[in-house]
Amino acid sequence: MDLRLYIAQRVSAMVMIPLVFAHLGVMIYAIQGGVSAGEILSRTQGSVFWFLFYGVFVVSVSVHGAIGLRTILSETFRFRSLTLDAIMWTFGLVSIFMGARAVSAVTWL
Amino acid sequence: MPREFVISGLRLFWSTAIMNEGFSEAPQRLVEDKKDTILSMTNETTKMSVKVWRGDKSSGSYQTFEVPRQENQTVLDVVTWIQQTQDPNLSYRFACRVGMCGSCAMMVNGAPRWTCRTHVNKVLDGDTLEVAPLRNLPVIKDLVADMDPFFDKWVDAGGHHAPSASRYDDMPKISSDEPERAEANKSIECINCAVCYAACDTVAQNPDYLGPAALQRAWTLLNDKKVDDHDAVLEKVSGKGGCHNCHSQGSCTLYCPNGLDPMRAIAGLKSATIKRALKRGG
Amino acid sequence: MIKTHRNHPLWYAYALHRISGLALVLFLPAHFYVLSLALTQPERLDGFLHWTEIPAVKFAEFGLVFLLSAHLLGGLRLLALELLPWSPKHKTLAALAASGAVLISGTFLLNAV
Repeated sequence: MDLRLYIAQRVSAMVMIPLVFAHLGVMIYAIQGGVSAGEILSRTQGSVFWFLFYGVFVVSVSVHGAIGLRTILSETFRFRSLTLDAIMWTFGLVSIFMGARAVSAVTWL
Repeated sequence: MPREFVISGLRLFWSTAIMNEGFSEAPQRLVEDKKDTILSMTNETTKMSVKVWRGDKSSGSYQTFEVPRQENQTVLDVVTWIQQTQDPNLSYRFACRVGMCGSCAMMVNGAPRWTCRTHVNKVLDGDTLEVAPLRNLPVIKDLVADMDPFFDKWVDAGGHHAPSASRYDDMPKISSDEPERAEANKSIECINCAVCYAACDTVAQNPDYLGPAALQRAWTLLNDKKVDDHDAVLEKVSGKGGCHNCHSQGSCTLYCPNGLDPMRAIAGLKSATIKRALKRGG
Repeated sequence: MIKTHRNHPLWYAYALHRISGLALVLFLPAHFYVLSLALTQPERLDGFLHWTEIPAVKFAEFGLVFLLSAHLLGGLRLLALELLPWSPKHKTLAALAASGAVLISGTFLLNAV
């Protein structure tokens, strides 16, 4: 891990601090009485706030997760740096794509 | 070239540490002094089972010795006793025997320690002791680890003095009260024993990682006014094997026999590199 | 296997951070996939959410909440020791992070059952 990855890792972590606290809060609140698709969608659909909230969350978690995955693959499995970069970028981009689909699914009207 | 100069200097220092193969007089004297005690001990007192790593670069295994227990006995005493009375071919390193030189570090029951300052009482597990060469370094023979990678990384991290003034310039006046000096002072007692290097899992998992000792040295240079180019120091610790690989496991700080805190020094480097990057970006 | 040199609180804190991070990263694509069902097949999403009523699944969710809060609080600890003025209270902070994670995930579990 070099300085650029380190900074990306730490900045994405700092962005996510309030988001994860809120995410945990929503989970604890929403789980009461069970969850249903209708309940989730009534909260999130058409909401600019939740769109931005989950949008920023998806991008940060993809960056953070991809770098973390790269570190583990490097240290535990000793992959070469070209392989590592390929996996990091693939994971990050696929994660952003899947996340964007999920966000649009729950926030689009 | 500064690099070669530093390496040869380190080698010279280390050559004074005896790589003992049964020819040294020092342990002989040590044993002569204690002969009476040792002889009386061998007859009646309790024994412990000491597993000693035997082997070379390519392979090896533990060999078990029965060693008499004494009330006051360091791990280095045990190793010396084995070499003097059981097997003169046993290789190990030591010099000062009083925790000054840092050459006798080994893995003792799985943890890196100065053997000269480690009492058997403190580390004995039941009645067994396991002594192995320092972790994370190649083995030369038996208990002797090859220190070259450790010293090479020390140099790679910029661990040498890059002069910024000539003999005709005045000496810079540095008060010991200055915060930077106080910060540097916290780390300068490092004697290169490589205990932190052997304790670190990140070193074990990442061959490029410079390790706690070298990075801590860079931290002292960053806080040293006599070093001109602080940017160069930060540049050297920002690469592939740099300070950002550290996961703050804290084993370096826990095991440093001199009570230094490399984890703290590395955290200092991390935030210094971020500040520099932000300054450059903005 | 915990080797001797690893047997101390900060190493365990590191291990928890790494294991929780890995688990979360592997869970993430599944999480996104299930939510995106709302777009394509809303009835399957509801089918999936009914599945979460099973106690074993509830317990797995509790595990994920624990890992998320452990990773969050452990990460806060790391950011503090790297970027804030130095404090030597690492062990206390690590213990606080771990107990905070138990507290948050415990609240989740109590609300879930």
